[in-house]
Amino acid sequence: MTPLVFTLITLVISFGAGLLGALVGLGGGIIVVPALTLLLDIDIRYAIGASVVAVIATSSGAAAAYVREHMTNLRVAMFLELATTSGAISGAFLAGVVGGRWLFVVFGLMLAYSGLASLRRLNEHEGGSVGRDRLADRLRLHGAFFDPLAGHAISYQVTHSVGGLAIMYVAGALSGLLGIGSGMLKVLAMDQVMRLPLKVSTATSNFMIGVTAAASAGVYFARGDIDPFVAAPVAAGVLGGAVAGSRLLPRVQSRTVRIIFTVVLLWVAAQMLVRGLR
Amino acid sequence: MNSARDERSAGAKERWSAEALISAVLRIGVTASLCLIVLGTLVSFVHHPSYLSDPQALRPLTKPGAAPRTLGEVATMVAEWQGQALVTLGLLLLLATPIARVALSIAIFTRERDRAFTIITAAVFCMLVLSFLLGAAGG
Repeated sequence: MTPLVFTLITLVISFGAGLLGALVGLGGGIIVVPALTLLLDIDIRYAIGASVVAVIATSSGAAAAYVREHMTNLRVAMFLELATTSGAISGAFLAGVVGGRWLFVVFGLMLAYSGLASLRRLNEHEGGSVGRDRLADRLRLHGAFFDPLAGHAISYQVTHSVGGLAIMYVAGALSGLLGIGSGMLKVLAMDQVMRLPLKVSTATSNFMIGVTAAASAGVYFARGDIDPFVAAPVAAGVLGGAVAGSRLLPRVQSRTVRIIFTVVLLWVAAQMLVRGLR
Repeated sequence: MNSARDERSAGAKERWSAEALISAVLRIGVTASLCLIVLGTLVSFVHHPSYLSDPQALRPLTKPGAAPRTLGEVATMVAEWQGQALVTLGLLLLLATPIARVALSIAIFTRERDRAFTIITAAVFCMLVLSFLLGAAGG
């Protein structure tokens, strides 16, 4: 394979990863890492370095549009970043202490259960009434976004903000231990615990994953894991895909987003169970 | 009561511009880094015509140890006008964009006199710096 062919193939795959990531609130690492290592025979360290770049590119590329359109709930994002960043630091300390196959099994089961719970909400009406949350009231976490499909603004209430914060903390710590992207867990906490509309959950997760990844990006660079020749087409492709995805999301039915999200969720759950049980 | 409501609506108005500001920072960071990455890639391909046709040329670019690790190394590469140096600068700019976004948020919430969120974003920023330092020490 010539360097030109490598660059072109990586660009195309990364575009797809950015598109998917922007729609469902993930970083695209689940596509970029296997594509680079299995298909293009790139060293795993460079593949992981490139996936950190991909997460930040998806986040910044899509969030530029989502923030302007109020699809991202900025206040919820920054409130929850408290937990994800402190969780990530705790995870770094836990790395030597906790571990092992059981963690993958427990987590795989939890994700599979969440996938089924997500399917149950497939036909649910969004923006309905939720339990009163005084902290969410005080921090003014509630929001509204314009839905082009409905033709009007949809306002929503946030609930269980403390529960969401706790799950984000655990998610931040575990995602480092398990080596999985934290985007999926962020979407789950906002969608299933805090009861944000799904599109707001994916857009807000998108906004947050860039910060989580940026915290570790400097380390990957200092280790020499970010190879410019590998990361360049990944960054360019993912940015293009994320911008395209951010144009698409307002026009896609929440139901469709939920189906795509659930498929990805169950796929990752299956992978974790296989890793834990094998 | 009335003045409290006025204050709240003024806060709401400012939040609109907060969103525009954050969106602008993200867009500028992303556009500038994309330009550097594309330009750097083009320079590399122009300097090395073999990249277009020689399958042997890929290995040296992607073998372990090929990536720069320090800003000093990047600076030397830039001085030599290497395409990969421009790409690296673009990547570093991309990595710095979310951190700039958090720093900007502190300023925005301070301006809005939103004490709770000024403290929250400042704490997030401190933890980002902390995890960066811990990682640098451990990694």
